Amino acid sequence: MKDNYKKPLPIPQPESDKFWNGLKKKEIWIQRCSSTNQFQFYPRTHCMLHNQNDIEWVKVSGDSTLFTYAIVYQAPMHSFVDDVPYVNALVKLNEGPIIPSNIVDVEPDPSNFKIGMKLKPVFVNVNKNFTLLKFRPA
Amino acid sequence: MPNFNKLKNLSGKMSIIGVSESDQIGKVPEKSPLALHAEAAVNALDDAGLNLSDVDGLFTAGWSTLDVAEYIGIQPRYTDSTSVGGSSFVIHIAHAIAAISAGYCDVALITHGQSGRSDRVPQEKHLGIPMIQFEYPYGIIGPPSSYSLACSRYMYQYGEDRTRNAMAEIAVSTRKWANLNPKAYFYDKGMTHDDYHNSKWVSWPFHLLDCCLVTDAGAAIIITTNERAKNARKKGVNILGVGEGHDHSMISQMPDLTKAFGTKTGPQAIEMSGISINDIDLAMIYDSFTYTVLVSLENIGFCKPGEGPDFLLEKSIIPGGNFPLNTNGGGLSYTHPGMYGIFTIVEAVRQLRNEAENRQIENCNLALAHGTGGLLSSTATVVLGS
Repeated sequence: MKDNYKKPLPIPQPESDKFWNGLKKKEIWIQRCSSTNQFQFYPRTHCMLHNQNDIEWVKVSGDSTLFTYAIVYQAPMHSFVDDVPYVNALVKLNEGPIIPSNIVDVEPDPSNFKIGMKLKPVFVNVNKNFTLLKFRPA
Repeated sequence: MPNFNKLKNLSGKMSIIGVSESDQIGKVPEKSPLALHAEAAVNALDDAGLNLSDVDGLFTAGWSTLDVAEYIGIQPRYTDSTSVGGSSFVIHIAHAIAAISAGYCDVALITHGQSGRSDRVPQEKHLGIPMIQFEYPYGIIGPPSSYSLACSRYMYQYGEDRTRNAMAEIAVSTRKWANLNPKAYFYDKGMTHDDYHNSKWVSWPFHLLDCCLVTDAGAAIIITTNERAKNARKKGVNILGVGEGHDHSMISQMPDLTKAFGTKTGPQAIEMSGISINDIDLAMIYDSFTYTVLVSLENIGFCKPGEGPDFLLEKSIIPGGNFPLNTNGGGLSYTHPGMYGIFTIVEAVRQLRNEAENRQIENCNLALAHGTGGLLSSTATVVLGS
């Protein structure tokens, strides 16, 4: 794959490598507290709820619902100029955590979106090192 | 709610004795951001009847106090560069009264200078932060895309049409106030409801006219004890209550998209002041977007969650109306260099001192200023009394 991708790429930190490496294999790994079974996003070295290092990684399906969305018409960076209008979204995984993403495979018009609508994951390889996790209507 | 009894001892003990903008605001490509800091500082000191050598505490955001103090030419014995977005300068008021009360300094200077429109060197974020890792790759970048995600959720919860009408009313009324302020970027330009609804989309649900300006501007504030304020050039404006805090950085981590931290800082500032929210004569609410005003009014407690649109229709926020709001023309139509919070204080002080000329409101004795910073991340509320 020729690497001419100009948009911002993730800069993984040690505690989030597992998340980004998973996406390359079309797998979604998120963290869960082994004491309370609460999920959290983004990856951290501790459980945000009770201040302990009892985190485990769990593979989830990516089945989710639309929590909120917005349609970007004015590119925030030059590298997004060819993408507008595109759809930003906060997506609620069925396990609970909310993650930032885009909704793809649908015309960017408010009439096509309903908050609460069911979503499925789409794995988008942007270069040889990174896969982004986007979503489409289920 | 936490116990504010200790905080109440600080209520009314300090005063703002000087405020000013830089000489010019708006399009100022011929001046650096540091020059805007310095101009505003000198002007505010002149307003207070003090000299640079009187300043022993320096508060600023977006810059190191090292660089700002060196450029202005002061040697502070206390500094604070808390930088949590546009609310920072409102937060600095809370920090200044604490520092003065503890004896760390006697005369606090808060300065701001930013060339959002003309800067030769754009400010960069630290590349290692989670926001850049998790949101930037998707194009969730900067205030319009983040605030629009929150507004979209608000519309879903409380109704799109009534929210839209309220946002239009905020845009048009704020412009009417700007038309009374010669320093306002849009002093000479009117706005109708049709103009609002016909303006292009930036990030749906935001039209262009939902969004603040991007300008060059500086401003400064001088704070000291009431004792020392007696010798100032003009009567001081009393600092009655303060509140500050934040609950997230990037928008996807906001605990409740329709409730910013103003739900904490508003009630704290009012409680500390010992006043009722109904006593407020002027509300200066940071308007990065029309939506920011709507949600802030609810958060502070002027009305209940989701009732902002009804509140705005019942009240009248145009000049001459019964709920004076953003009388300088706001970030939407007066000026917004990137971090606007300090200008809410400058205008509140002018109204309380009866210095607001054409746009002076009647019987202004109590003003509330409210800053929002980051991506609805941080807020600060200050209550001021004449």
